[in-house]
Amino acid sequence: MSGKPKLYYFNGRGKMESIRWLLAAAGVEFEEEFLETREQYEKLLQDGSLLFQQVPMVEIDGMRMVQTRAILSYIAAKYNLYGKDLKERALIDMYVGGTDDLMGFILMFPFLSAEDKEKQRAFIVQKATSRYFPAYEKVLKDRDFLVGNSFSWADVHLLEAILMVEEKKSDVLSGFPQLQAFKARISSIPTIKKFLEPGSQRKPVPDDKYVETVRRVLRMYYDVKAN
Amino acid sequence: MSGKPKLHYFNGRGRMEPIRWLLAAAGVEFEESFVEKKDDLTKLQKDGSLLFQQVPMVEIDGMKMVQTRAIANYIATKYNLYGKDLKERALIDMYVEGIFDLNELFMNYEIQPADKKEQHFANMMDKATNRYFPAFEKVLKDHGQDFLVGNQLSRADVQLLEIILMAEECKPDILAKFPLLQSFKARISNIPTIKKYLQPGSQRKPPIQPEEVPKVIAIFH
Repeated sequence: MSGKPKLYYFNGRGKMESIRWLLAAAGVEFEEEFLETREQYEKLLQDGSLLFQQVPMVEIDGMRMVQTRAILSYIAAKYNLYGKDLKERALIDMYVGGTDDLMGFILMFPFLSAEDKEKQRAFIVQKATSRYFPAYEKVLKDRDFLVGNSFSWADVHLLEAILMVEEKKSDVLSGFPQLQAFKARISSIPTIKKFLEPGSQRKPVPDDKYVETVRRVLRMYYDVKAN
Repeated sequence: MSGKPKLHYFNGRGRMEPIRWLLAAAGVEFEESFVEKKDDLTKLQKDGSLLFQQVPMVEIDGMKMVQTRAIANYIATKYNLYGKDLKERALIDMYVEGIFDLNELFMNYEIQPADKKEQHFANMMDKATNRYFPAFEKVLKDHGQDFLVGNQLSRADVQLLEIILMAEECKPDILAKFPLLQSFKARISNIPTIKKYLQPGSQRKPPIQPEEVPKVIAIFH
């Protein structure tokens, strides 16, 4: 038992990626166990490790935590990335809610048909540029960090979202100078810079192999529709 | 300006209902401003009240809060319904997130097209009886206490009661195999603030009627 958090998920982004980002940003080393077979998943089910029979699951501080938001909130609070008081926490929660919604549109992307992928790409870019990016651009007008003049979970989550949307349209930040500066600034924070380098535990854009593994392990064979 | 929180949403459950439950459980009086047509939503969007152009929005303590979880987290913390430390909060968050997932299924049921409704209903009932309710029955069994976390009332108890009642509206005997959830339901329903919220005349909203669905879709889409 190393004492390090241990992440149970597929070898890919999915819902676990935001957790990897936050741990990395906090400078916390973590281990990973990748689900590759149905048997591994059934073993986790049988030994009662998964409260709602789902992953992500993270072993941390003697708990087997499930539910992405619960895990993220715990890590943020533990490592002082959740603001200094209730009002800052409220702002962080609001901003993270927005980036969570935005990244949610991208989460299902790999599972879509080729035709639906094009529709979804347009949908993602439209929502990013008309709803989410303008909101954060405005917040960042007078400040370096989203909340309370110090680095928080909200900044990590927004950077993650920006990079994911840029993978769908590389010039998507062109109307957003504050976000461009934010991206450069947050990317050069040492722990984040390290996570962005090759060889880190950051996962690449999901591919067909990832989709096939998820479908096989979860027996999730239904069609996923675009928004 | 009354000082009371003011809720902006349509006159129905949707994503605002868990927030109404929490405020009611905490004994906090609140006002409501109902979005009845698309113009009402557009007006809020145009005056900059909605960070991401969406409701729910709650005016509280000088903030215009959006995002259901953010609002619920703030209320729960302010009114001591979020456990006494980080570990209790972790447990509460896990339970509440599971309940949110089940609530999504209930919320989406009414807007399913006719040919998808039956399958959606079956999935909803299956998840309630085979995934979520067994998990909470086990939590109560394992510690033998009256409340889900830390031996005191928390938002997890309030939100679990809410979802139990919604499930029973769909299938009245859904708790048949869950004796501890049955006594939990009776116990939590009897807490004075909650008892009051369950009485006619409270701000609790009824389930959406099928004929209202097109009107709601028109506001939001």
